[in-house]
Amino acid sequence: MNEFLQHIVNMLILGGTYALLGIGLTLIFGIMRVVNFAHGELYTFGAYFVYLVSTVIGVNFFLSLIIAVAFGCILGAAIEFFLLRPMRGADIDTTMLVMIGAMIVMQNTEQFVWGGVAKSVLTPFGESTLALGPVSVSWLRVFVFFSALALIAGSYLLINRTKIGKAMRATFQDRDTASLMGVNIQVIYMATFAIGSSLAAAAGALLGPVYVISPHMGDIASLKAFAIVILGGLGSIGGATIGGFILAFAEEVGAGYISSGYRDAMGFLIIILVLMFKPTGLFARSERIG
Amino acid sequence: MKSYTRLVLPVVFAAGFAAQASAQTIKIGVNEPLTGAFAASGTYVVNGAKIAADEINAKGGVLGKKLELVIEDNKSNPTEAAAVAEKLISGDKVPVMMGAWGSSLTLAVMPKLMEYKVPMVVETSSSGKITTTGNPYIFRISPPSSIEEAAFKPMISKLGIKKVDFLVINNDWGRGTADDFTKLFKAEGVQVRSVEMMDQSSQDMNAQLSKIRASDADTLIVTAAVEQLTLVLKQANALGLKKQIVTTGGSQNPDQLIDQAGTAANNSMHLTTFLPWLPDETPNPEATKFFLGEWKKRGFNFAGSTESFRGYDGIRTIAAAIEKAGKAEPAAITEALWQTEIKGLNGPIKFEKWGPSGKESGQSRPNVYLIKIVDGKVTHPKS
Repeated sequence: MNEFLQHIVNMLILGGTYALLGIGLTLIFGIMRVVNFAHGELYTFGAYFVYLVSTVIGVNFFLSLIIAVAFGCILGAAIEFFLLRPMRGADIDTTMLVMIGAMIVMQNTEQFVWGGVAKSVLTPFGESTLALGPVSVSWLRVFVFFSALALIAGSYLLINRTKIGKAMRATFQDRDTASLMGVNIQVIYMATFAIGSSLAAAAGALLGPVYVISPHMGDIASLKAFAIVILGGLGSIGGATIGGFILAFAEEVGAGYISSGYRDAMGFLIIILVLMFKPTGLFARSERIG
Repeated sequence: MKSYTRLVLPVVFAAGFAAQASAQTIKIGVNEPLTGAFAASGTYVVNGAKIAADEINAKGGVLGKKLELVIEDNKSNPTEAAAVAEKLISGDKVPVMMGAWGSSLTLAVMPKLMEYKVPMVVETSSSGKITTTGNPYIFRISPPSSIEEAAFKPMISKLGIKKVDFLVINNDWGRGTADDFTKLFKAEGVQVRSVEMMDQSSQDMNAQLSKIRASDADTLIVTAAVEQLTLVLKQANALGLKKQIVTTGGSQNPDQLIDQAGTAANNSMHLTTFLPWLPDETPNPEATKFFLGEWKKRGFNFAGSTESFRGYDGIRTIAAAIEKAGKAEPAAITEALWQTEIKGLNGPIKFEKWGPSGKESGQSRPNVYLIKIVDGKVTHPKS
């Protein structure tokens, strides 16, 4: 029982960060129809930026998280402006190739700038832990979990309660009609990509200090993000949130009670089942593309 | 037709000159992970290899020629490692190679050695399979888990180990270690509780560690490279895991652990194959000091020396074999490696015959030390 409680706590914390990764990706796909292969690299960017600002320059840790997210937002806007805008109207495969190119360039740049040796960020939490009876978890993870929840809630409010969110939803439903109704599609696209990117950077900024930071950390993050998005249904924020927790649950319980050797396989097994029985994902509202 | 020959002749001559120019050096292929999950370790090994090549070249090279390292990145990926070996052998025509850091990487290269009959000095890999499957082109200077295991045997009672769990990387290296150590523990009457795996790229081991925390074992044996080990120690600490932790494999890089895992690294124990912290306790103090001095002079961080010394020893072994062979040809070098004997930084390097008879692989017997991190410092409790 004690072990099970610990697994559940691990699952919740892991699921929060998985959801954050998935939301950014699903938002970009849902609204822009761009499969963002560079998502994992934006995650890595956020992690390295926190390392740069907090450990190398020496700025306060919490402030450097905000700075990293802001720069992730700027980088996302720049990618949209320079790479995706000229590609507007191109089919989904073409933008996919552009994003794969962007991913390779970004990963090699990280390797070039920071070298292959993993970096570690010192946080004000140190190695202190929160012990609640049989359950033990580091304070840093508690902080990461609540930050992730806040960001997820923030994304919901942004999409459902603000004017730009309304415009984004309109674009998601029908781009041409939204455009005729006076929605500035260019602005919406840039905002969408910037928000999606800053969510990825936020996930990296939060998780970088929990793990270690290396140029290839984005690979596995990217893989998980795609899994979550497919699980939840492409373009569905609620689906990505729940998909994140389902994947975390499958991994924790699978590794804890079935076999740790197949930990990553558990998540993908669920995805195969979902694709077999509900090919649009668990919570998809609209048609799938590709 | 005439103009054609006129065009071809100079090309042929030029090619001839080029071949002659390249024969002024002796090429050694180096197949290491410079990107991907093992980038840090592979880079250290290559830097150690460069120190050896520079040292030898400064003294006039081998057989009157300079050594030239042809360094290729295997991207921490077995498929790439095999492709790199192919490129080094058929493209660069190297007569001998060093590589490929990880066990899975080395195992992927081994069929290429059989195909082209080119010898390879294995500097890091520790899977038992490498020297027991009958590949006569393998010469290993790092300890396989069976040598680590033999060195660890007397420590079992000293550390009071009664029941153990394993947490190992899910590849040939980790699974091989778990198998070999399980045999040792069973023979010594130690109970093995569970064997948990982690993927090479996994960053979150909380699920495995939560399960291990619930077991009644007193000791946890971990096999992983330094990045993952850092995470295991941090996450074990956060979960309040109160067990002895012993790591194997020789790629732990204790200084990086202390630096990055902080207090979570305290009281962990590590089976290593080099003692750069205590050069006077190494089998070859003078060479160790020279190497560490050179390492520092080049501005590399001290922490990397636990990996890089293997690259240094590997290239020195190869150079000695070429000298003995009298010519830089694969067959002659393979033959000469059996007679080669040098003073490595971690004891004498000399190859014993391992594996099925008739096609034995070479295996040297390096020293293995159990070090312990106490209050952020590396100690060697034996002494």
